[in-house]
Amino acid sequence: MGKPLRHPVMPERLKNSAIQILLVINAVIMLFPLGLMVLSSFKSNAEIFDSPFALPATLDFSNLLRVWQDTEFLQYLGNSMIITGASVMAILVTGTLAAYALARYRFRFSNAIFLFFLAGLMVPLKLAVIPLFIELDTLGLLDTRLGLVLVYVAMGLPSAVFILTGFLRSLPGELEESARIEGASEARILWQIMLPLARPALVIAAIQNAVPIWNDFFFPLIFITTDSRKTLPQGLTVFMGEYNTDWGVLFAGLTLAALPITLVYIVLSRHFIAGMTAGAVK
Amino acid sequence: MTTRAARRWRQGAWITLLLAPALIILAGFVTLPLLAALRYAFYAFDGLAPAGFVGTANFETILFEAPYAAWTMRALGHNAIVFVSLMLFQNGLAYLVAFALLKTLPGHRLHQVIVFLPVVLSAVIVGFLWKLMLHPLFGVINAALALLGIAPHPWLGDENTALGAIILTNAWHWLGFPALIFLAGMQRIGAETLEAARLDGAGDWVLLRHIIWPLVAPATTIVFTLTFIGSFNWFELPYVMAGLTGSPGGATDVLGLYAYRLAFGSATAGLQDFGRGSAMAVLMFLFLAMVSAVALKFLRRREMEL
Repeated sequence: MGKPLRHPVMPERLKNSAIQILLVINAVIMLFPLGLMVLSSFKSNAEIFDSPFALPATLDFSNLLRVWQDTEFLQYLGNSMIITGASVMAILVTGTLAAYALARYRFRFSNAIFLFFLAGLMVPLKLAVIPLFIELDTLGLLDTRLGLVLVYVAMGLPSAVFILTGFLRSLPGELEESARIEGASEARILWQIMLPLARPALVIAAIQNAVPIWNDFFFPLIFITTDSRKTLPQGLTVFMGEYNTDWGVLFAGLTLAALPITLVYIVLSRHFIAGMTAGAVK
Repeated sequence: MTTRAARRWRQGAWITLLLAPALIILAGFVTLPLLAALRYAFYAFDGLAPAGFVGTANFETILFEAPYAAWTMRALGHNAIVFVSLMLFQNGLAYLVAFALLKTLPGHRLHQVIVFLPVVLSAVIVGFLWKLMLHPLFGVINAALALLGIAPHPWLGDENTALGAIILTNAWHWLGFPALIFLAGMQRIGAETLEAARLDGAGDWVLLRHIIWPLVAPATTIVFTLTFIGSFNWFELPYVMAGLTGSPGGATDVLGLYAYRLAFGSATAGLQDFGRGSAMAVLMFLFLAMVSAVALKFLRRREMEL
């Protein structure tokens, strides 16, 4: 006589349908606010307040045009692109150089230096914002994009060095050795042999840093005061204050602010997920 | 022909060249500021410049003097509420979403992309969007509740619901992150283990509770640690949704906002005072470091035991 099953087994198909339904509900909850944001950016105030759930009556681009033309949106967007681009480039270049030294050469203090980089991973740099503020002021870099970039590079280097060192260590040594025997310079080995091989790790390090820098609000809030140097998230707070009664324009501003990274995410979603969870997933 | 010594010197120079840029930036913009924060915490400030050693006075002010002590404890309490709620609600839900995604039902890739979509957006966008949605008069949340016959409520304007509303917004924003960390942990378990448990008659609940839960312990450790650090550094979402003073009436004030006010000054925390601000930062750093260290030790041991 077999023991009766404690849990009556639901037919697999029924259970999977139930799970699928829950996933769809979850997807609706995730997408509804964003859908509402996009649709409302085509609506007038009256439409938003009277029929919040309805599709816009007409495809009216005037809200979006107003954000585009009457605000500093393009300036903020440009600043964010310059700051994020410069920071990520600098992180990748300096990070790759350091990681290459740590991964492919044996030298005194290499472990200590690696640990020094690792220690940077543990520190929330927000907590050092006061000394950073004073330091940037002393250097004459307060309220400049360069100052912000330097802080971001310092913030991103530990994780980039960690990822790249791990990856470069895993590469086989034969290619490098044979190039060395043939008389290639160390710099050429790094540039022509190792760098192309390291591309997957570079993509991960780039995304892991680009997304938080692009989205950051804390450091610009404290370091940047001149309107023409503000980043997109920071500019958004200015804009939301100025247009606070015109809801169509507010939703249009949010939509335009969300658009660039959303588009890139849709194209590169797999890399984004891998990059942003790298370090947490191992 | 180069001598051995010359070759060694050249290699040393090459390695130094490789390391120098990263080391200089890290030392200049992480190590130095951190050490400076430690020093500034013991100084009185005159504007941007330290104006005299004051011993532990800044710490005493924050921790023991009225009204600062009460503000500090209130903010700390709110951070603790945020952490516990996010662990239970956001991460609990994420665990279930991960399990649902593990089934690889049709469309599971699309579901992954969707649940992770808010994660890539700035907290500023998410905060403003939800603030509009939660608006007492024109917000879509109250409009939806009206359809169900529920009276409108000023979610962000009521002391009892404001913090909860911001926590919910945070859960919507970040759900995909722990979900995909849990999913990666579950995928590492391997189909054979799960199949074997199923053949032994384990239902979904038994599987989740007794097979998967112990085996995703490393993922849980990471989610716990990241949620902890994130909760106690919480700044952007409450700043956007409730303002620098944690309105209404400080009901959403957290350490991040409070530390900012201490350092840069505001109507409710006195004038700009980098000494007190630094002392607050040092206390937060010590608190985070100590709790993380203890929790990590405990969680690592748990990973071994489970």
